[in-house]
Amino acid sequence: MFRPIVVCLGILDMTQRQFLLLCFLPLAIFTLAFLALPLARLILASSESEAGWAIYLKILQTPRYLSTLLQTVLVSVAVTFAALAISTTAGLFLVRNTFPGRSVLLSILTLPLAFPGVVVGFMIILLGGRQGLVNQLLPGHWVFAYSVLGLFLGYLYFSIPRVLLTVMAAAEKIDPALEEAALTLGAPSYRITLDVLLPALASALIAAGAIAFATAMGAFGTAFTLATKIDVLPMVIYTEFTLSANIAMASALSVVLGLVTWALLLIARSFSGTTVAAGG
Amino acid sequence: MTLTLRNIAKTFAGGTRALLPTDLEINKGEIVSLLGPSGCGKSTLLRIIAGLETADPGAAIHFDGEDVTAQPVESRKVGMVFQSYALFPNMSVRGNIAYGLKMQKLPKSEIKARVDEVVTLCQLEKYVSQPIASLSGGQRQRVALARAFAPRPRLLLLDEPLSALDAALRTQLRDELAQLLRNFGITAIFVTHDQNEAMAIADRVAVMSHGKVAQIGTPEALYRNPDTAFVARFVGDAQPLVGRIEGNMLYLQGGKLPLSRAAEGHQAFVRAEDIRLEPRGPLCAKVEAVTFLGAHYRIALTGAAKETLFALYGGLNAPSPGDTVRLAIAPQSILTLPVDKEVA
Amino acid sequence: MLKSNTKLLQLSVTLAACAFLFVPTLQSVLAGVTANYFRGVSSGLTLKWVGQVWELYAGSIFLSIQIALACLAATLIIGVPAAYALARNPGRMSRVLEEFISLPLAVPGLALALALLQLYGTNHGFRTHWSFILVGHVLYTLPFMVRSVMSVLAAIDLKTLEEGAASLGASPQRRFFDIVVPNALPGILAGALTVVTLSIGEFNLTWMLHTPHLKTLPVGLADSYASMRLEVASAYTLVFFVMIVPLLLAMQWASARAQRITQ
Repeated sequence: MFRPIVVCLGILDMTQRQFLLLCFLPLAIFTLAFLALPLARLILASSESEAGWAIYLKILQTPRYLSTLLQTVLVSVAVTFAALAISTTAGLFLVRNTFPGRSVLLSILTLPLAFPGVVVGFMIILLGGRQGLVNQLLPGHWVFAYSVLGLFLGYLYFSIPRVLLTVMAAAEKIDPALEEAALTLGAPSYRITLDVLLPALASALIAAGAIAFATAMGAFGTAFTLATKIDVLPMVIYTEFTLSANIAMASALSVVLGLVTWALLLIARSFSGTTVAAGG
Repeated sequence: MTLTLRNIAKTFAGGTRALLPTDLEINKGEIVSLLGPSGCGKSTLLRIIAGLETADPGAAIHFDGEDVTAQPVESRKVGMVFQSYALFPNMSVRGNIAYGLKMQKLPKSEIKARVDEVVTLCQLEKYVSQPIASLSGGQRQRVALARAFAPRPRLLLLDEPLSALDAALRTQLRDELAQLLRNFGITAIFVTHDQNEAMAIADRVAVMSHGKVAQIGTPEALYRNPDTAFVARFVGDAQPLVGRIEGNMLYLQGGKLPLSRAAEGHQAFVRAEDIRLEPRGPLCAKVEAVTFLGAHYRIALTGAAKETLFALYGGLNAPSPGDTVRLAIAPQSILTLPVDKEVA
Repeated sequence: MLKSNTKLLQLSVTLAACAFLFVPTLQSVLAGVTANYFRGVSSGLTLKWVGQVWELYAGSIFLSIQIALACLAATLIIGVPAAYALARNPGRMSRVLEEFISLPLAVPGLALALALLQLYGTNHGFRTHWSFILVGHVLYTLPFMVRSVMSVLAAIDLKTLEEGAASLGASPQRRFFDIVVPNALPGILAGALTVVTLSIGEFNLTWMLHTPHLKTLPVGLADSYASMRLEVASAYTLVFFVMIVPLLLAMQWASARAQRITQ
C-alpha cells in the first residue's frame, strides 16, 4: 500500500529537485549580474588609486574623512537615542491605552515610512527653513534647517516610525499580567517601567536602535535636500564621486559605510528576527 | 481578614454586563473558590477585589471593616497569583520573591530572612538562584505563590493557578496547593472553572453563572442540595430526567419513579452514580454502549428517559450493548429543581 | 483616564511626536494650494501650482508608475519562485543566499548605485535606458517580496500539502501553481504593495542612476526643491502624497492581514 507511494514520491523528488533549481534560476542570474558582480567591482575599484588597498588606511589618516566619519557617527548616535526615547514612550502609551483617535495618531506616526529622504528634507525646510514655520511664528532669525540641528531633526523624522513599529510589536507581546503582578506587589509606575517593561523590551530596543543607527549612517536624500553645512559620509561619497571624480576614494568610503550598516543590521536581526528597511 | 463585598457590578465600555450586583462575605482564614464556566464573571470579580478593575459606582469593598473601594491596587496589600504566573523573566527566583518586600523598602536583612522563610515553606530551596526560564510549570506555580505570599498580604487571590499545567500534574499540585494555603493560614479566593479543583481546595464554593453568584456553600452542600439546575449540572454533572411530574410521581418513557416530595412544575435530575442496575427496578432501558473506566463501567442507556442517561456500574458482570436492563433510583437521589430557563 | 503624571507625560510625548511629523506634512499640503504662501491662506486657494507641476513633471510621474509596475512584474517573476525554493530547502545555503539578497536592505543605496555604475556605466545603451533605473529598484525591493512570501509559506505546512498533492499525482509545476501560489497569496499581495510603494518613493539609488532625460518622481521632487518656488515644490509634494498615502495604507492593511496568517 505504502510502497508505490514512496517510490512515486522518490521519482517525483528528482524532478522536484530540478524544479526547485529552476525556481532559483531567475534569482541566481539577477543577483549575480546586478549584486555580486557590481559589489565585487566596487571593492576592486577602491584599490585602483595609487594608494592601492592602503586607501582604507588613508581614510583614517585624512582629517577630513576622519572628522566626517566621526560627525556621521555622532549625529547617528544622537538620533538613535532620541528616537528610542520618543518612540518607546509613545509606543508603550499607544499599546497600553485605547482611546478615540488612537488609530489616527498611529497612522500619523507611521506615515513617514513611505517618505523618501528628499521629502523628509523638505519637511524640515518647511519647519526650520528661511520661509519655515518656526521662523514665521517666532520673532528673530530662527533658521535651523541647514544646520546640524536640521539634519538631526530630519533623521529623527524618518527614524521615529521605524523604531515605533519595532517597539510596539514587542510591547504587544508583553503579558499584561507582568505589570499587574508588579502593581499587586506595590510597585510604583516608574519601577514597573524599570523592572518589568524595559527588561522585556530590551532586545527590541537593541534591534530598533541598530536599525535607526544604520539608517541614519546611510541616509543620503535628507542631507542632499538640506545641503547641510556639515559633512556626513554619504554626502562626501557623493561629492568625491561626482565633483572630484575620486572614484577609488568614493568606492572605499562606500565599502566602509556598507560594512558598518550591514553589520549593525545583522546584529539587529539576531535580536529581533525582523528588519525594517534602511532607506531615507 | 474578613472581606465584605456589597453591590459589586461591572459594565464594560461596550455595555456588556460582566457582573450583576453581587454581595459576598468571606471570613477570616477562609478559602473560597469562585467556580463557573468561562465568561461567568468570576475573573472580573477577582480583579475588582484586587483593584485591577474598578466596579460600577455604588460598590463597596471592605477589608476587615476598612473601606478600600477607592484604594488603588498597590496600596490594598493583596497578593495575587496569575493564570500565566507573570513571573519576571529578568529576575531569579529569589529576585521575584523579594520584589514585593523591596517595594515595602524593608531592610536587606529582613528581606533575606522573610524570603528564606517563604522559600522553605514552599520547598523552593533548591531553586532560589535559578532563572525563571529554567523552571518547570509546577515550580513556577510555587514561585508565583511564594512571591504573592512573601509581603504578607491581607488577602491572597488566585486566578486559575492550575490551568497552565498538564492534567497529571494538576491533580498532584491541587492537593499541594490546598495544603500550602492551609499552612499559610491566610484568607484566600481562588478562581477556577474545574469543579474538582474547587471542591478539593475550598472551604466554601461560590458557583457563578451569567454574572451572578448562583449559590454559595460548602462543597457537600452544593453537591447534595443544589438550588438550581445550573448548579446541579455544573457541580457533579447531574443529568436531566425529562418527563412529567404529577404529585410525588415522575413519569418517564421507561416507567415511573417515586419522588421524595410533591414537585409539580419542577425539573428532575439524577447523577450517574445514583442510578442502580436492579433486576426488579421500575425503569426499563436499553444498553447503548459500555465503557470500561477501571474502577467501574460507564453505561449509556436509552429508552429510560428522553435523553441518553449514563450510569456507573461497579460490579464484575457488566451488561453488553443491546441488552435490556432495569434501573432503580432512590427517591432522595432525584433532585427536583425549579425550571432553569437558561438551561432548559 | 489619566491616572498619574506618567500617563500625562507619555501622552504629551506622543502628541509632540505626532505634531513634529504631521505639521510639516500639513504645511506642504496647504502651501501647494495657496496662491501666495508668504501671505498665507488668506491670499486664496488655487490649483494653479498643481497644474504647473503637471505641466512640468507629468513625465516623471508616468515614468515612476511605469518603473514601479515593471519592478512589480520583475519581483514577482524572480521573487515568488525563489521564496518557494528557499522555503522548501531550509538549510545553511538558503540562509546565506537569503542574507546575500537582503544586502540591499542594509547597504546604503548610494553604495549600490556606485557599484552598478562602475560595472555597467560604460555600456551607453543600458546606462541611458530606463531599465537601468529598474535594475536598481528591483535590487532594493526584491528582498521585501521574498521575505513577505517566505513568512507566509513558513506558516503553512507546505511540505505536507505538497506531499498530499504529489500523492494525488500532481507534478512539481502543477503543485507550484495549484498549491503554493494560492496559499501564498496574502504574502504575495503584501509584498506587491510594498514593492510598488517603495519603488515610487525610491531616491537614493535613482538619483545616482538617472540621466537628465529619465527623471522619476522623487528625482523631480529633489529638482523642484532645489530650483522651484516653495508653492510649486509643495504642490509636487502634495501630488506625491496623494499617490503614496493610499499605497502605504493598503500596504499596512495587507501586511497586517498576512501577519495574522503567520501567527
